[in-house]
Amino acid sequence: MATARALERTPLHECHAALGARLVEFAGWAMPVQYSSGIEEHLVVRRAAGLFDVSHMGEIVVSGAGASAWLEWLTPSRLSSLRPGEARYTALLTTDGTYIDDLLVYRFEHHYWLVVNAANTQAVLAWLQQQLVAGVEVRDASREIALVALQGPGAEEILRSLQLDVSRLAPFAFVEAELCGSDVTVSRTGYTGEDGFEIYLAWESAARVWNGLLDGGANAGLAPCGLGARDTLRLEAALALYGHEIDRSVTPFESRLGWTVDLKGADFVGREVLLALRERGFGSRLIGLELGGRRIARQGAPVFAGDAEVGSVTSGSWSPSLEKPIALARVSHRHSAAGGALEVGVRNRREAARVVRLPFYKRRGEEAASEGGATA
Amino acid sequence: MANYPADWRYSEEHEWVQVVASEGADEQDVAVIGITDFAQAELGDVVFVELPELGESFSANDEIGTIESVKAVGEIYTPVSGEVVEINSSLEDKPEQVNEDPHGDGWLLRLKMSDADELGSLMEAAAYEEFVGSEE
Repeated sequence: MATARALERTPLHECHAALGARLVEFAGWAMPVQYSSGIEEHLVVRRAAGLFDVSHMGEIVVSGAGASAWLEWLTPSRLSSLRPGEARYTALLTTDGTYIDDLLVYRFEHHYWLVVNAANTQAVLAWLQQQLVAGVEVRDASREIALVALQGPGAEEILRSLQLDVSRLAPFAFVEAELCGSDVTVSRTGYTGEDGFEIYLAWESAARVWNGLLDGGANAGLAPCGLGARDTLRLEAALALYGHEIDRSVTPFESRLGWTVDLKGADFVGREVLLALRERGFGSRLIGLELGGRRIARQGAPVFAGDAEVGSVTSGSWSPSLEKPIALARVSHRHSAAGGALEVGVRNRREAARVVRLPFYKRRGEEAASEGGATA
Repeated sequence: MANYPADWRYSEEHEWVQVVASEGADEQDVAVIGITDFAQAELGDVVFVELPELGESFSANDEIGTIESVKAVGEIYTPVSGEVVEINSSLEDKPEQVNEDPHGDGWLLRLKMSDADELGSLMEAAAYEEFVGSEE
């Protein structure tokens, strides 16, 4: 890895070293990509529970008398319906209706948190400063607030064994509580397609809570998991990743995220363009592909229908759950129907690919396919 | 941590070569080729190994196949020239052997070497360990 450049370190850096993690550069941070095997870690999350350090994520505090109205204007979702103790997955869009970032908005009694992608934190802060109005304060708390994600069917029980009962916490609700002797904010959110929790806490408390969770969850099969597993888990759950499914060139409609857009409510940045797009229809859709063979189609791989190139892959990897290569791809509307047979170009060869319904993986008892998760 | 056998040779592309003396006096020696422990760790979980056909001939440094892992795809370059006499067909069903035992069951193929002098341009174990030490 590139150690020559000074990478940012999360407060769990020493913990990762002690666990023998393999560290990689991610958005300017030294992050654990895996501790043992990415596939093993992936399956641990599906079967039991995994613990992720995602302290690189950006946390931005928005406060002031005008905060609610301002955030309603900046996001396409109906944030006015958000009550204290609730979080929502939404977007910050350009005036063209394209993505500056996707994010979670947490509503507290007197302020909000915006949880944004590490790679976009500076761009988001710049955008917020540019849009700032009187009566609103914006503060970057990314270096004060650490974040660990406890994900998997065993997550609730592990917290209960540590005297934190979250059994009545609804999806996307959060609560301020105590865990392993530290103050934490716990939300029932995640980026894996499993039940689970994201635990926000002070930078200096992170190591104590991390170690406390690993110790307390050991009997339940809890294992530390890296960004490698996080990526394959989110891909199986068909959750978007900035720089892949979404960026400044695409709108929510072309990214299976139209459900985050409320065109009937109050005005918001990008609404005019999205309204027009809805009227005339949009040309491309995000679809799921299962590939024949074992070659992986990665971002940028061309998708063909016969001789015609009809789109390209946005994310592709090996699915540890399905034991085959899968991919998300953006293709023209007329080739997007489930069951369709397409081909993907992988290193000068064509691989057969079948259009499948998303998500690729759905946990038992999951209610809504459209249920979003935290950002990347 | 990694154990690099002292009598093997190593390439800058992170392949190892173990020379197996042939039985016939007039026969060329055979090189067993695999990727190093360092390389498998860099790649992460291997899910697919593409190997050449039996009987194909290659020159040193030719690309002879690919190794696909969850996170990346890597090319396999042969460190020596020769003809493919055996491939590790067990990798078709168990590509994870490359991760689990890169210097053993995870071997890739055997080449009948056409120029044993090429071994001289490869690194010995100590030099290779120093080489990967500088990449870490």
